[in-house]
Amino acid sequence: MKFRTILAAGLMALGLAGAAHADDGLDNPSRNPFYDGLKGKRVVFIPLAMGFDLTEGWAAIMRKQAADLGYTLEIRDPNWSTDAGTRALTALIAEKPDLIIAHNPDVQSYARLLKRAMDAGIKVVQLNLESVVPTDSYVGADWSRVGYIEADALVKQCGTGSGKSGKIAIIRGQPTAASDLYELYAYKQTFAKDPAIKIVSEQAAQYDPAKARAIMETVLQQHPDLCGVVGNWDNQDVGAGAAIQAAGKANDVYVVTSGGGNQIGCDNIQKGLLDLIISYDVPLQGNAINQQIAQTLLSPAKAGETKAAYYTPLTLLTKDNIGPRTCWSLDQLK
Amino acid sequence: MANARLSQEGVVFALAVALFVVFAATLNNFLTAGNLIALVRSVSILGILGLGMGLVVIGRGIDLAMVATMVVSLSWVLSMAQAGTPFDTALVYGALLALAIGLASGILIAYADIPAIFTTLAMGLVMYGSGRAFLFQIDVQNSPAGVDWFDFLGQGTFLGLPMPIVAFAVLAALVALVLMRTRFGRFVYAAGDNALAARITGLPLRPLIVAQYVISALIAFLAGVVMAAAVSGMSTRVYNSTMIYDVLLVVVLGGISLSGGRGSVRNVLVGTLLVGVLLNGMTILDITYTTQNLIKSLILLLAITVDSFINPRDEQTSQQSQGDI
Repeated sequence: MKFRTILAAGLMALGLAGAAHADDGLDNPSRNPFYDGLKGKRVVFIPLAMGFDLTEGWAAIMRKQAADLGYTLEIRDPNWSTDAGTRALTALIAEKPDLIIAHNPDVQSYARLLKRAMDAGIKVVQLNLESVVPTDSYVGADWSRVGYIEADALVKQCGTGSGKSGKIAIIRGQPTAASDLYELYAYKQTFAKDPAIKIVSEQAAQYDPAKARAIMETVLQQHPDLCGVVGNWDNQDVGAGAAIQAAGKANDVYVVTSGGGNQIGCDNIQKGLLDLIISYDVPLQGNAINQQIAQTLLSPAKAGETKAAYYTPLTLLTKDNIGPRTCWSLDQLK
Repeated sequence: MANARLSQEGVVFALAVALFVVFAATLNNFLTAGNLIALVRSVSILGILGLGMGLVVIGRGIDLAMVATMVVSLSWVLSMAQAGTPFDTALVYGALLALAIGLASGILIAYADIPAIFTTLAMGLVMYGSGRAFLFQIDVQNSPAGVDWFDFLGQGTFLGLPMPIVAFAVLAALVALVLMRTRFGRFVYAAGDNALAARITGLPLRPLIVAQYVISALIAFLAGVVMAAAVSGMSTRVYNSTMIYDVLLVVVLGGISLSGGRGSVRNVLVGTLLVGVLLNGMTILDITYTTQNLIKSLILLLAITVDSFINPRDEQTSQQSQGDI
């Protein structure tokens, strides 16, 4: 009898103790390595340039997480100079930060240096524009897919059965950048399948809207029955849109392009300068790159040991589906 | 004319005409009114900048800060307008900024005797850097909506001509008038031809130099206004492009000698025309980007070579202390 009472009392005490323990919650044993592993790490971002929607958007999101998790994020701004970017990379290889985030101006210039950085033990993530050398990871748009979607949209507007001329102008950006090369391949593949499509112009505007405008003015003179335009970047192609609007052909020529989904792009759709933007959604990309930064810094793998890629989701923006909250502005991200 | 020697202007003009004839004969729709208007329109901003550069080069200077002045002052204007400043007020501020840049360059060159090429090169960098740091955050500024005269300047036409061409023509006439018909204009030639002689004669040489850079800065500002209206925005990336060299190309190709004292607005027009014909023809031919650059540089090389055969360096050029660049 006595034994049973003691046992019961003992069990009750245990239960109580257990209950008391549950009331205090649990110390999550896996959280400390996460924070400790990130604290004090050094991450350096080399953008094409600061000061435009994409890089400012990514940087705003990356800065927030860096401040939150206690690692440092430095930005070396080469301001559109491949030369300055190469120098920054070379200097970084000697400085040995923990992680380099590279935004490649073209597929070749940084390639060897990124490999050298990985050989020196620095992890490398490429952001939205890749080089020919695969690094620890790539986070960004799948440019080939962007190209196929753009081209398909134009074929639907101008191809067989549309009853239009089928004449298409391609406006390239920087003819050596990843976005440009991969998109162009996709355009050519798609357009070759439809005999009605005729590429009448293929010119580079080098991200400059004024140049895009001048090109489009000339092309429209040659081909007043132009059916569609496919371009590399919304910030550039708005110039082509302006030329088309000035010629009074905004309803006849369908303009497809891609961009970061910034409010200015959406405004340009509303103004009728652009018809379709394949958006790679900078806020989404910012979150993806943040996740990749944490994962890469914490991973026990050595620099260059694993090669991963995450192609960020794409959204199609047209006049019919954009609302006041579809697009982002920099102030929201800061 | 007794002197039958071809001038560089003549060579370039002949080249432009030859190209024009070839394109007109071989390309469909090249010789349509619409295409010719597009042709001139596409180089009108280059031409406006060329007017300012031409004036300074005639006065034996050079203004490499023009593109920076244009980009920074207009980007500031547009970003102020977006932040709610009335557009007209913002424009006045922008013009004052351009004026200050011109004054600063001019004073450094005229009174501190720093070579123009270094002063303006540095001034361009300083202005672009401080603009990016203090005046505007985003490198592409959009034009404000609903300013009627501004929209008209960008999209409107006058007698069938787009406004950028009209602006170019009016400014060209104004600069030509200043150079040919005013005392100031003649002084610029005199100072450009022989600065020391001009000074001994009693010309106010230093204020004259300052005035040249102020004028070129203000012309750069006006070019910026036209550009912002025409492409409904201003991209600061223009500063990183080769535009300032294109402006120099227009001036030098047209035949304004870098050693000063020679040339007129006509040279700028001829140079602009050649660049325009070339760009338009190559776009119609759908020549690739790299090949276009190659052709442009070959034509420049050709023009310079032909010029040096026709107009060999003479005694006067070689005796001048600074020579041409």
